Amino acid sequence: MSAVNPNLPIKDINEVPLAAESYDFHGITEDVARVTETPAPRGWWVMFLIAVSLLGALGLTLAYLFWKGIGAWGNNQPISWAWDITNFVWWVGIGHAGTLISAVLFLFRQKWRTSINRAAEAMTIFAVICALMFPGIHVGRVWLMYYPFPLPNSMGIWPNFKSPLLWDVFAVSTYFTVSLLFWFVGLIPDLATLRDRSKTKIRRMAYGAFALGWRGSNRHWQNYERAYMILAAISTPLVLSVHSVVSFDFATSVIPGWHTTIFPPYFVAGAIFSGFAMVLTLMLVVRVVFKLHGLITLKHIELMNKIILATGSIVGYAYAMEFFVAWYSGNEYERYVFFVSRMKGPYAWAYWSMIICNVLSPQIFWKKSMRTNIPVTFAVSIFVNIGMWFERFVIIATSLHRDFLPSSWGYFHPTPIDVMVYLGSFGLFFTFFLLFIRWLPVIAIAEVKGVLPAADPHAEHYGHDSHDDHDSHEKPADGEATAEA
Amino acid sequence: MQIFPRSLNKLPAVVAVGAALLGGGVVGGFWYYGTPKHLQVGYAPRQPVPYSHRLHAGIMGMDCRYCHANVERSGEAMIPPTQTCMNCHSLVRTDSARLAPVRQSWQTGQPIPWVRIHRLPDHAYFDHSVHVSAGVGCATCHGRVDQMDVVRQDQPLSMSWCLDCHRNPGPNLRPRDQITNMEWRPDPAQQVTPQRRVEPPQNCSGCHR
Repeated sequence: MSAVNPNLPIKDINEVPLAAESYDFHGITEDVARVTETPAPRGWWVMFLIAVSLLGALGLTLAYLFWKGIGAWGNNQPISWAWDITNFVWWVGIGHAGTLISAVLFLFRQKWRTSINRAAEAMTIFAVICALMFPGIHVGRVWLMYYPFPLPNSMGIWPNFKSPLLWDVFAVSTYFTVSLLFWFVGLIPDLATLRDRSKTKIRRMAYGAFALGWRGSNRHWQNYERAYMILAAISTPLVLSVHSVVSFDFATSVIPGWHTTIFPPYFVAGAIFSGFAMVLTLMLVVRVVFKLHGLITLKHIELMNKIILATGSIVGYAYAMEFFVAWYSGNEYERYVFFVSRMKGPYAWAYWSMIICNVLSPQIFWKKSMRTNIPVTFAVSIFVNIGMWFERFVIIATSLHRDFLPSSWGYFHPTPIDVMVYLGSFGLFFTFFLLFIRWLPVIAIAEVKGVLPAADPHAEHYGHDSHDDHDSHEKPADGEATAEA
Repeated sequence: MQIFPRSLNKLPAVVAVGAALLGGGVVGGFWYYGTPKHLQVGYAPRQPVPYSHRLHAGIMGMDCRYCHANVERSGEAMIPPTQTCMNCHSLVRTDSARLAPVRQSWQTGQPIPWVRIHRLPDHAYFDHSVHVSAGVGCATCHGRVDQMDVVRQDQPLSMSWCLDCHRNPGPNLRPRDQITNMEWRPDPAQQVTPQRRVEPPQNCSGCHR
């Protein structure tokens, strides 16, 4: 086949369908809605108990932290930012995959996003909540958290709009708001499906309240698709802006190792990298626990692995560029940070862990057999999660621990409180996430139906004749949703 | 079949307006009721001795600096020691019941536990001497103490109140010889020229160290 004829069905251009061949519209509804309707499998309960225990431990730790002040952490001069900000950047970074998948891939008509976008967006929202917690508690006096907001006050002062830390407040909260809206708008048709399948009154009221009276009429779909497109367009610049602004926290300072113009693109690539790794970690587990192999297929996993490989290589290039610029600048402090501190200083162990996890481990995905190998994918996703945590730690700690005066040199030792807050943030994240997969459709039902071969108006000759009645719809209205009033 | 009545279509608008009103109300309420202008002005605690500034500084016309003697030299204006009271009261009204705590303090050497009225946050470093030498009068911040039987806080002492003057000190300055004059009023026709250059700091470390 020399030129691809766009009118040919996907089979003829050697593409694999995005959902298992056996699926029809009803099968998808059944498989996704079932997760919320049947009792939770034991695996869910085990994970939920662990998550809630960690969340409780987080609550106690935070109570202690607020009582004692952040001296309970290991932060001290010269390393005045340590795990807290590392965790903040790490969680925000993880949150990036959601918007990339939901907005950017949507605008580029990457239909494979439909099986994973719902969970990725949920992951984004929960990750951003975890991220926001860290600067919130880093301020120490949490009751003064209103300072960054431009509220009338008796102090005659106003937030410092020249500070990147303030830009951060607005960038991350905007991101959170838009992501939440986007997620919710996407959920509306599926919530209506769950409402219509509900057996009990409470369940019907709860889903019905959030379904906003959705009836699946033509007009509803038109408004819905327009709103979705607009939100995608609003979110797309946010994919770039949020982590750029986070990187400004460092890049606008004059600390060697932070003061770098490469930071914004480097941080954005790293964020997408870590976000996709987290999506993979989560989805590989979800598809096993809830038996969704037919909807989250090897093809999805392979495509995500390709993104991991691409962004991982960009991150590797950025690491190399930092060294090149340090050398090329001829600035002895820059050179010291990279060629001495990072490569062979006291934090060399962290630096090389980062290189192995982030740069080397994804390279295995050049081979197709590795991209489609589930255990390997899972292992690499964990490696990347760890590596990206180390990246932020390396940037923060190695740049700070060698101050300009050797008398101010130091080394960061985490306290048990540092460790507990970090572990507790997992409790927060997984409590949210586990509740999400139990109570909301973990896969976008209506959207996945749209990518089935049966949704193709020309598909009748290709083996899905049983659904002729739906074939005329570009995007099939949900079979179960009550027809228009 | 719809679960909810049609009238609920108005709910989003109601919630939006309600949230805006509630948010505005909370912020505005805090701004008014939660700030020093409302919380601190008028604070007039009971003192261990019913000392009357109206009698001493007003009717008898004693100078502020007779008791608050360090005000021109140090950060603290200083609460006078019992000895200062006894300069007169060893001879005047020696048997007054209301002065019993003063005599007791004099005999035992235990200071009188006066209650502090004008309190600043721990991280605000205020210095009386520099304000007095710039030409800020006592009454500017403390009000007409010469008319108070029980001293109360007259000004909010909030940070914006400080900054109002630091940004434009001119209207609050007076000639050096009028610092303790409670009745001095600025003469619109006459420009006050401070004895030294007055450039109040507006940076953080001016007051917070």
